Amino acid sequence: MTGLAPPAVRVRPPTTPAGGRGGSLAWMALPALAVFVAFGLIPLFGVLALSFTEWDGIGDIHPAGLDSWRAVLTDPGLPHALWVTFLVMALSWAFQTPASLLIGVFLAGRQRYREILAVLYFIPLLLSSAALAITYKALLDPNFGIGPGLGIPLLAQDWLGSANLALGVVVFVVSWQFIPFHALIYQGGVRQIPVALYEAAQIDGAGRLRQFFSITLPQLKYTVITSSTLMVVGSLTFFDLIFVLTEGGPGDATRVLALDMYKRGFQANLMGPASAIAVILVLVGLALALLLRRLGGRDASASQMEGM
Amino acid sequence: MSTTLSPERGVDLDAPPEQGPGRGRGSWRHNWLGGLAGWLWLVVVVVPIYWIVVTSLKSRTIYYQENPFAPPTEPTLENYQSVIESDFARYFLNSVVVTLGAVLPAVLVSFMAAYAIVRGGAASRFLRGVNVLFLMGLAIPLQAVIIPVYLIIIRLHMYDSLLAIILPSIAFAVPLSVLVLANFIRDVPKELFESMRMDGATEWRTLWSLAFPLTRPALVTVSIYNGLTIWNGFLLPLILTQSPEQRTLPLALWTFQGEYGVNVPAVLASVVLATLPIVVLYALGRRQLLSGLTVGFGR
Repeated sequence: MTGLAPPAVRVRPPTTPAGGRGGSLAWMALPALAVFVAFGLIPLFGVLALSFTEWDGIGDIHPAGLDSWRAVLTDPGLPHALWVTFLVMALSWAFQTPASLLIGVFLAGRQRYREILAVLYFIPLLLSSAALAITYKALLDPNFGIGPGLGIPLLAQDWLGSANLALGVVVFVVSWQFIPFHALIYQGGVRQIPVALYEAAQIDGAGRLRQFFSITLPQLKYTVITSSTLMVVGSLTFFDLIFVLTEGGPGDATRVLALDMYKRGFQANLMGPASAIAVILVLVGLALALLLRRLGGRDASASQMEGM
Repeated sequence: MSTTLSPERGVDLDAPPEQGPGRGRGSWRHNWLGGLAGWLWLVVVVVPIYWIVVTSLKSRTIYYQENPFAPPTEPTLENYQSVIESDFARYFLNSVVVTLGAVLPAVLVSFMAAYAIVRGGAASRFLRGVNVLFLMGLAIPLQAVIIPVYLIIIRLHMYDSLLAIILPSIAFAVPLSVLVLANFIRDVPKELFESMRMDGATEWRTLWSLAFPLTRPALVTVSIYNGLTIWNGFLLPLILTQSPEQRTLPLALWTFQGEYGVNVPAVLASVVLATLPIVVLYALGRRQLLSGLTVGFGR
């Protein structure tokens, strides 16, 4: 569902003193290790290996040197797919972050009706991307959707038929599904902020907006980074939704990297180039995760102490 | 504040009186911007869901004549009937088999691995390595490795079977499950493990009679989270199966849409039917699920 990035997760070092008993325990980890290696780790190296081969998905696999890479890197489809991926990533980040921040701050209040709202907000996250995509496809249909039904021409546009609109719809549907999740992360972050900070600010006569920008936002710095990392890295893996909603279209307006890989591999039967795209996907994801981690890595305690 | 913004009066009555320095409460009193966003988002979320449910209860002819948001004048279950008649039960059963068949073993092996990592990690370099491997595993996107997974499944002669979906699903559930479960097992007081050891219990016995009951909330959380992910999974069934007999629900929804085309009410009835089990699960285990989804984040 959500792309889970390594920097988001806290790791505590093993602390239990189990002097010399590791051996008798090691076998317990083996079943999990075996299935993970077979279907996670080996495929990760496998995809790199396959990018240097030629395979149509059915017949034999032949070594092909750098052919796939040469084909992929000289194809104007790649920069386009990268650009679309970046657009989806940037736009959905820019829309989701302020919205989930606001909603998260709102949800941090402990009133009971807000808890009920939180229950409702969460429903979109339960729907599969396929269900979500076909719902919006039906909802936005220019002939049978709500636009003509309500008789509002503005809503009766060919939403998925124009390049810019289709991209907008993808960003909206993604946000519709994931804003509640990020709002929940922000809610947790806001509830960790010491109330004393606000009390002090009130005594100093700071208004609400001032309090938000001088206390809430700086205190949430790490929450913002965690949430952004999940959004950005997760956005690389929007496949199901876009596949069902637009199939990358109109033309190739919403052909993101993951979809590009699928189409090359499983529709055009060019597994070599598709594997090269997959390798690029992994590298882009890692680079982004590391970049965001670096952004937030320094002065871990500084902002927490601000104003104390 | 939100009293003025709230469209529904009844809900506000549930709000406790806003006074006293309750943690976080007093400070949010005049947050009208957040309140606006909150209520606005409620509308954005509820309207499409309302539309899905209402439309699925309308007959096809009425749908094209009426205001799409009007409640059905003559509610009908004919859409549900036609969806169920299109082999829905089989797809449903396939999804149940895949979900249970993946979640139970995934949680079981993850629990054992988590226990081993927590209890033996200090003494065993191997287990520390396994831990690091799983952490790195969190970063592997399923899409990126789908081609080799496809190749492996073909070579194992498992293509177009439910097992083909189950095995990779387990593999991709393991890293996060181990992480969450290990964090919970670490919170079990060490004295309890010690006293088990004094009594001469083996690690295997300690695992089941001490760690298992104490970790039950985390096990439920992890099961629900994995169940949700696998129930809604689309990519693995799309790539690894082919025949209608092996179709799971998300894939079936997609083909329904192709078959029914413009029969919007029937398409939406299939959405409702496919989502219903998850909604029931959500209603039963909401707290567990929410805490599970945010485990480790935003702390």
